[in-house]
Amino acid sequence: MITLDRLTKSFGGSAQSAVDGLSLTVNTGEICVLIGPSGCGKTTTMRMINRMVEPDSGRIEVGGRDVTKIDAVELRRSIGYVIQQVGLFPHMTLAENVATVPRMLGWDSARIAKRVDELLALVHMDPAIYRNRFPRELSGGQKQRVGVARALAADPPVMLMDEPFGAIDPITRARLQDEFLRILRELGKTIVFVTHDIDEAIRMGSRIAILRNGKVVQYDTPERILSHPADAFVEAFVGGDRSLKRLALLTAGPYVESGTPAAGAPRLPAATPLRDALSAMLDAGANEAAIVGEQGQPLGRVTLQSIQQAAAVART
Amino acid sequence: MLADAWNYVLSHPAQFYRALGVHVALSASALLIAALVCIPAGIAVARKNGLSLAVVNAANVGRTLPSLAVLALVMPILGTGFAPALFALTLIALPPIVTHTIVGMRGVDADAVDAAIGMGMTRAALLWRVELPMAMPVIFAGLRTAAVQIISGAVLAAFIGGGGLGDFITAGIAMMAVPQLLVGAIPVALLALGTDFLFGALQRRMTPQGLRA
Repeated sequence: MITLDRLTKSFGGSAQSAVDGLSLTVNTGEICVLIGPSGCGKTTTMRMINRMVEPDSGRIEVGGRDVTKIDAVELRRSIGYVIQQVGLFPHMTLAENVATVPRMLGWDSARIAKRVDELLALVHMDPAIYRNRFPRELSGGQKQRVGVARALAADPPVMLMDEPFGAIDPITRARLQDEFLRILRELGKTIVFVTHDIDEAIRMGSRIAILRNGKVVQYDTPERILSHPADAFVEAFVGGDRSLKRLALLTAGPYVESGTPAAGAPRLPAATPLRDALSAMLDAGANEAAIVGEQGQPLGRVTLQSIQQAAAVART
Repeated sequence: MLADAWNYVLSHPAQFYRALGVHVALSASALLIAALVCIPAGIAVARKNGLSLAVVNAANVGRTLPSLAVLALVMPILGTGFAPALFALTLIALPPIVTHTIVGMRGVDADAVDAAIGMGMTRAALLWRVELPMAMPVIFAGLRTAAVQIISGAVLAAFIGGGGLGDFITAGIAMMAVPQLLVGAIPVALLALGTDFLFGALQRRMTPQGLRA
């Protein structure tokens, strides 16, 4: 668990605080997304957690320990750190890059080699091919895969990720988001994730903290942010297509009704997001979709009306 | 002419090898001292924006001073002999080494440094494992330039009694004895070329594989 308590930070020469009395709790195993317009203090807040930036006042606890009471170097070795520009060491092989923290922790070489291969495989970089390559040989997406593997090397319980997919093309970004979301959830990491992309926040976040002028405007689940924006700022920030965004969070499964779907209805798995189901129905000119189980067995149908209702619940 | 020069060497071996030895000792000592001063100083200065700019500018002004002028300026203060010559040659070597060190250190990828600190690297580890390896090719280019400048500059040490191969050249000019002049000039040229080649090879070796084009 990470607790931020009344954090304040201003930088020299600026009258306005970058972070202004910010409090936030991130539960173990959750992905907390910090989002807001530029200058809202999201990156500064994240960087205070591993003491890359020292707060002017306030208290930060990671796993119940006050971070100012821990040696900064030791603290950082226990927190995974991923940045937008990755920052791989160009003069080291990918294996050496990934081995950075384990080496500092004094692991023996056999254990390091085993761990490096394990991690490269985890991020879908075949160790046999990539182990001895250098960063300059990689694409942007591959570099960030290695960046995440490097951050995971010593199995830190907490990860800080600052716009990790910000410099990656949209198609690769979507794939990496899905992959890393799965990996990070499986590993049960507690994550503070900074982004300025609301779609990414909705996709990745267990909870989203919307920041403005160094303060938290709203801290809630993606669903609640979309259905109950705290004020006009949040409403404008999440955008005009709130209903569609919320439908993207809901899967067809819970909305299945009994009955035989009409001919021509699209066949979709139960895990399909309602937004995609709606799109498929519109494409097919159908009022309903046939929902099937994992083995393709029919489960029932989802109607246009129930999607409408799901969206309506979102509006209340 | 060349044969006369060769005969001169053969008939004065002790004198020749002594001059060569002084020349190399003078050059190597000057380079070593300059490197020991400038590389740590450059590393320290590179962290400060304003100071880096000031030092690089000052060094560039220093570079425009002719070597002979530096030697001439040193003489009234330190007198003549090996030590003043060494001092002057060290001064000549400072600017290229310090500027290359600063430029090399400041050229290190800021994101790599941020990532290194964020992962919990100590200052020392950051310097030895990230910054220096990445700056090394540029620092070595500075040493190479300085080494060649020192070897040619050391010829002028003869003017202030510093010895070295310059003695043959000055004597050769004074007596209009071309063979004797060549006894100084040819080895100096070969020494400079050899040094440039050696440092070029070292520079390639010191460039980490991942940074080689």
